[in-house]
Amino acid sequence: MNELIFFFNNVVVAGIVLGSIYAVGAIGVTLIFGILRFAHFAHGDMMTMGAFIAFLLAMAATALGITTPLVPTGFLVLPIAMFLAAGVALGLDKGFYAPLRKRGARPVTLLIASIGVTLIIQGLIRLFFGSGTWSFFEIETKQLIRIPVPLEGVTRTINFTQPQLLMVICTAIAVLALHVFLTRSRLGKAMRAMADNADLAQVSGINTKLVVRVTWVIAGALAAMAGTMLALDVSLKPDLAFNIVLPIFAAAIVGGLGQSYGAIAGGFLIGFAETLSIFNWSVLLRPLANALPFEVPATLAIVPTEYKLTVAFVILVVVLLWRPTGIFKGASS
Amino acid sequence: MALLEITDLVGGYGGAPILNGVNLAIEQSDIGVIVGPNGAGKSTTLKAIFGLLKVTGGSIRFMGEEIQNALPDRLVPKGLSFVPQEKNVFVSMSVEENLEMGAFTRRDDFSATMNWVYDMFPVLREKRRQPAGELSGGQRQMVAMGRALMSQPKLLLLDEPSAGLSPRYVLEIFEQIVKVNAAGVAILMVEQNARQALAFASRGFVLATGRNRFTGTGQELIADPEVAKSFLGG
Repeated sequence: MNELIFFFNNVVVAGIVLGSIYAVGAIGVTLIFGILRFAHFAHGDMMTMGAFIAFLLAMAATALGITTPLVPTGFLVLPIAMFLAAGVALGLDKGFYAPLRKRGARPVTLLIASIGVTLIIQGLIRLFFGSGTWSFFEIETKQLIRIPVPLEGVTRTINFTQPQLLMVICTAIAVLALHVFLTRSRLGKAMRAMADNADLAQVSGINTKLVVRVTWVIAGALAAMAGTMLALDVSLKPDLAFNIVLPIFAAAIVGGLGQSYGAIAGGFLIGFAETLSIFNWSVLLRPLANALPFEVPATLAIVPTEYKLTVAFVILVVVLLWRPTGIFKGASS
Repeated sequence: MALLEITDLVGGYGGAPILNGVNLAIEQSDIGVIVGPNGAGKSTTLKAIFGLLKVTGGSIRFMGEEIQNALPDRLVPKGLSFVPQEKNVFVSMSVEENLEMGAFTRRDDFSATMNWVYDMFPVLREKRRQPAGELSGGQRQMVAMGRALMSQPKLLLLDEPSAGLSPRYVLEIFEQIVKVNAAGVAILMVEQNARQALAFASRGFVLATGRNRFTGTGQELIADPEVAKSFLGG
């Protein structure tokens, strides 16, 4: 039983946490692709930037004494950080992508431009914060939640941190809000219409420029949320989310590019696949050691931790072989 | 004053102009049909009216107001609607959502218009929760027309509404068009089934190489031996 709880803590809890971060990041990637038809490579850095905005706000809030023992300050300032990051995302579009679109740039040009934006954002962050590591929990402490399992002989507890619990709640709220927006609101439906058929959306009189702006607002806000969640779970550094931009893209592609629900499914699929494959399966096999015909090795993981990133690509290849446009039938281009 | 009046229209996609002086006029009660050989500029004329390509000369007046090079999000509220020939429904969205998108520019309650569309195409009411991509070609054409009617247009532009449909559906779609016109919506359409379409057209325009060759009522054009010989296949 203890081993199963160890499995739960290391695979299920970690998978949900990682999956939430990937999912929220991938939704932004998939929305931008759906509306603007290009792979926004700088999405990871929008996440990092959002996290640094939240970090600055948290520092300011702490200095002003605006804190509560109930939630970490990082979560307290998250709505403001998301709001500001949405503004920055709009600015990025106006400054870099909109002029290119106006000249009829092809998607690959926009992709290259977004690599430039990646470098700019990372450079700016390094300029102001250095290349070191920062933490939201230098002043306050990260609370660990232990839930004892009321079974005989069980000594281990189900463990997760308070930020992890909150980020799962935040992800659920964000996904629900997005769902309501896309299926109930006039603008949300217009966004789906434009992702479905941009020419017809224009012909229908849909204000496509407005839809583009709304897309950046949502993508920017969600990026800030995903980045802050990641920073609250680990720590803050200039290449925080740049390092996970590949699994996030894999999640968006696996789910079907342009499909928001696909991005969520893809995010959790890849999150769980990663935690499952770096899990040390020897822990589960050890109690059965006497019944097994072979000796249980000390560590038995599918891939070593440092190769975790490859898992996303294996999933990507397998899913694309099985369904070439992703689980939810996204755009093929 | 005509509802739509096009004078000496010149325009194209940036290179050499495709339209070299198109003239046409449509009254509120009209069904106008544009026919002509491939490359005559039929669809291009519709797209020029709807601001989808650059007009470099001449004028387009809609209800007396010059509208050349205005974009669709300005034209739709004025009372113009356009049904493209291909990819004219949102395949991933339900029939009802397609209709809602047609009403995007309206901020008032459009449920009465939606009921009117459903009454005109009862099959759409039945399938309103189904994604439009799952419907047959004829039903999709109804969704496309329904979507365009949701903005309560005064003039409906149709680009080859019968393209790719089986003969049974062609007749049905033409009947629907006459019905829409009877409800007070002027129609301007491009058609390959020239003879069939001219039969119910109150105005016909024969286009060739980007300019008008013949203009008249549908019946006059069908009766004209020269039009019949050159453009209606004998």
